[in-house]
Amino acid sequence: MNRFDWLSEFLARLEDEHLLAHSGNARLLAPAHRLVLDAEDWGNVAKVAASLGMRHAGVWADCGADHQPADSEDDGQPVGRRHQNEPAGSRPPSSIAVYACLEKEGDYVVLEARVPLERPKLPSQTPRFPGLDRLERHCHDLTGVVFTGHPDTRRWTRHQAWPADVFPLRADFPAAGHVTCQIPADADYPFTTIHGSGVYEIPVGPVHAGIIEPGHFRFHAMGEEVLRLEERLGYVHKGIEKIAVGRDPAGLARLAGRVSGDSTVAYAWAACQAMERAAGCAVPPRALWLRAIMAERERIANHLGDLGAICNDVAFTFALIQCGRLRERWQRRSRELFGHRLMMDAVIPGGVAGDLTPAAPRTLGDDQAALRKAVLPLFDIIDDHPSLDDRLVTTGRLSATDARSLGCTGYVGKASGLPFDVRRDCPYPPYDTLEVKPSAESDGDVAARVRVRMTEVLGSLDLLDVLLATLPEGAVTAPVPTAASGAVGLGLVDGWRGEILTFVRFGTDGRVARYFPRDPSWFTWPALERLILGNIVPDFPVCNKSVNGSYSGQDL
Amino acid sequence: MIRILKQSLGIGVITEAAPGIEDEELERLGVEVLRHVHARLGRSLSIRQVDAGSCNGCELEIHALSNPYYDLERFGLHFVASPRHADALLITGPVSRHMETALRRTWQATPVPKIIIAAGTCACDGGEFGVSYASCGAVENVIPVDVKIPGCPPAPLDLLRGLLAALAAPRKLS
Repeated sequence: MNRFDWLSEFLARLEDEHLLAHSGNARLLAPAHRLVLDAEDWGNVAKVAASLGMRHAGVWADCGADHQPADSEDDGQPVGRRHQNEPAGSRPPSSIAVYACLEKEGDYVVLEARVPLERPKLPSQTPRFPGLDRLERHCHDLTGVVFTGHPDTRRWTRHQAWPADVFPLRADFPAAGHVTCQIPADADYPFTTIHGSGVYEIPVGPVHAGIIEPGHFRFHAMGEEVLRLEERLGYVHKGIEKIAVGRDPAGLARLAGRVSGDSTVAYAWAACQAMERAAGCAVPPRALWLRAIMAERERIANHLGDLGAICNDVAFTFALIQCGRLRERWQRRSRELFGHRLMMDAVIPGGVAGDLTPAAPRTLGDDQAALRKAVLPLFDIIDDHPSLDDRLVTTGRLSATDARSLGCTGYVGKASGLPFDVRRDCPYPPYDTLEVKPSAESDGDVAARVRVRMTEVLGSLDLLDVLLATLPEGAVTAPVPTAASGAVGLGLVDGWRGEILTFVRFGTDGRVARYFPRDPSWFTWPALERLILGNIVPDFPVCNKSVNGSYSGQDL
Repeated sequence: MIRILKQSLGIGVITEAAPGIEDEELERLGVEVLRHVHARLGRSLSIRQVDAGSCNGCELEIHALSNPYYDLERFGLHFVASPRHADALLITGPVSRHMETALRRTWQATPVPKIIIAAGTCACDGGEFGVSYASCGAVENVIPVDVKIPGCPPAPLDLLRGLLAALAAPRKLS
C-alpha cells in the first residue's frame, strides 16, 4: 500500500465543499502532510475528515506573538513563504495558530489555521470527533481560543489557580502567574446530575485510597449499577507547556521525561524526535536502536505491573506477586545497564545518554530469554483461570464504535478491534526495519485488554531479540544543530499506552517556544466513562486499572 | 490450582533469597526501621500516600516497596486508605496549585502526632517543575515537612532509608 493513498480523495472532497486548503509547505511537519486552512472552514473540514473515517489525534494552539510561518527550504527546494499565498489582510500581526492532527491508514495530516489574538474563534471539531471534547476545552483554558459550537462550555484544565479571562500560554502571562494566596478547591464545578428515585451520587477523589494519582470521579448509581460516571481531572496540572518555554533541547527532553513518569522513555523520544526533525539532526542508528530497546523495556515493565494490579483488583494476588517479582528484576537490570530503574533522562537530543557495555547485549539477551520462560506459564494461568474469567470477561466492555469515535489507541483501542500502532502503521526508525505484529482482539472487555497486554509483552520480547541481534555499531549521539527561529517539528511515538504526539516550535537562540505533548489518555479517559456504564460500582477499580489512563500526562 | 502451586513453590520465597550487598542492606535497614517503629509507636507505622502533583514515577517506586523483594509490610510499615488511619503522610510531586487545598485537608485529617515525609526531588525542592502559576513547588511550601527523600524517583531502598530517617527525626507534635 502506498503512503497517503487517501489524500487526493480528501483534498478533492475539500474542494467539492469549497473548503480552501492553501498550499504552504506541505512537508513542514513531516511525516505528516500539512494543510493550511481558513479558520471558518475548521468545522467543515472536520466533517469531511469524519466522513472519510479519519481518526482525530488532537488539537493544540500556539500563541507565539512573533510567530512567523517557518516555511523554508524543504528537499533542497526553496518554497515560497506561506503567507504570500494567502489573501492580503487575512493575517493580523498578532494571531494564534491552531493545529489539528488527523490520521488514516497510518498517514497523518496536520491542519493549521490562524485566528486573530483579539478574536480567537473558530468552529469546534468536537461535534464530529467526540474524543476532542476535553482537548478543545484544555486549549481554551490555556490559550483563550474559543471553539464555537462546542457542546460543553465548562472549564476543564482550569480549576481556581487563574481566572477565566486570562490564559497561561499567552505571551503576556508570566510563568510565575499572579498567585498571592492559597488556591481554593474547585468546589463549584457544575457536574451533570441525574435525578430519580433510588439514584445516588458517589464522589471519589481527588485523593484516592490507593497509591495512585489524584483525580475526581463522580458516580451516579442505582443499587450497584453505574448509571453515569463523570471524570474531573486537572488536579496535577503543573504548567508543563508554559515552563517548557525558553528551555534548551536538553532541558526540554528532561521535562518531557516527566510528563508521565511511567512513559518517560516514550515521551523523551517523542520530544527529541520532534526537535531533531525541526533542527535537521540525523540520529546515529545505534542510538535509535538503543531508544527502541529502552522503549520496549518500558512497555514490558508497565504491562507486567498492570497485569499484576488488574488481577489484584479481583483478589487474584498470586499474579500481583509474580508480576511484581518479574518487574522488579527487569527494573534492576535497567538501572544496571541504562543507569536508571525507569530509564529517565536516558534519551537525549541527538541520541542516548550512554552506550551499553560490551557485555551488556549478552546479559540483556539472557534476561529476555529468562523473562519469556517465566511469563509463558504465568500468562497461561492468567488467560485461563475460572475465578479471573468470572470477573474479567464481559466486564467493562468498550465497543469498537465507541473506541473508534473517541480515537483510542494503544491497548484500549487494540482490545476493541482497532489494531493501530504507530510502530507498524507509521514506522519511525528503527521500527521501519522491524515487524510489529498486529493485535487480533476485538471483545473490548477487561479480559481482552489483559490479553492485549500479555501479547504485547511477548511481542516486545521478540522485538528486543531482533533489536539486539541487529544492533548497529557506531556513535550513540550526534550534535544537534541550533534550530532556526520558527522551526517546527512533530514527534509521533508509540508509547506503552498508545500514540504519543508531540509538537515543538523553536524560538530564538535554539530555545523552545512551544511544546505540546498529547498523551493517549486524552482519548481513553472518556472511554472509561463509557465502558463502565452498566457495570457495578465495585468493578470500577478493575475497569480503571485495565485502562490505566495517565493523570499527569493528561493534566500537563 | 496445580499450576499456581507449581509456580509458587517453584519460585520459592525470594524475599529471603541469598543476599547480595543490596539485599543485606535491605535487611539491615528494615530491621532498624522496625526497631524505631516499635520504640516510637509501639505498633506498625501506617502510611497514607498522597500524590500532590507527581509525574507518577514516584508512585511506581512506592508500589515496588510492596513487591516480594522488599515486602515492606514485614517491617511493620503499611499503606492505609485514609489519612484518618495514618501516622505518616508520604507525599510526592511538586504540590500543584490545584492540589494545594486537597493536600492541606488531607494533612488536617491526619491525627496528631504525624510524620510528614516529602518523597522525590519534586516534593523536596520542586524539581523539574519548580514554582509557577500552576505549581507551589516543594511540599514544605504548603505544609510542614519532617523528612525529605530526594531522588527522581527515589529507588525503593532510598524510600526505606527515608522512612528510617522519618522515625529517627525529632518529632514535631504539630
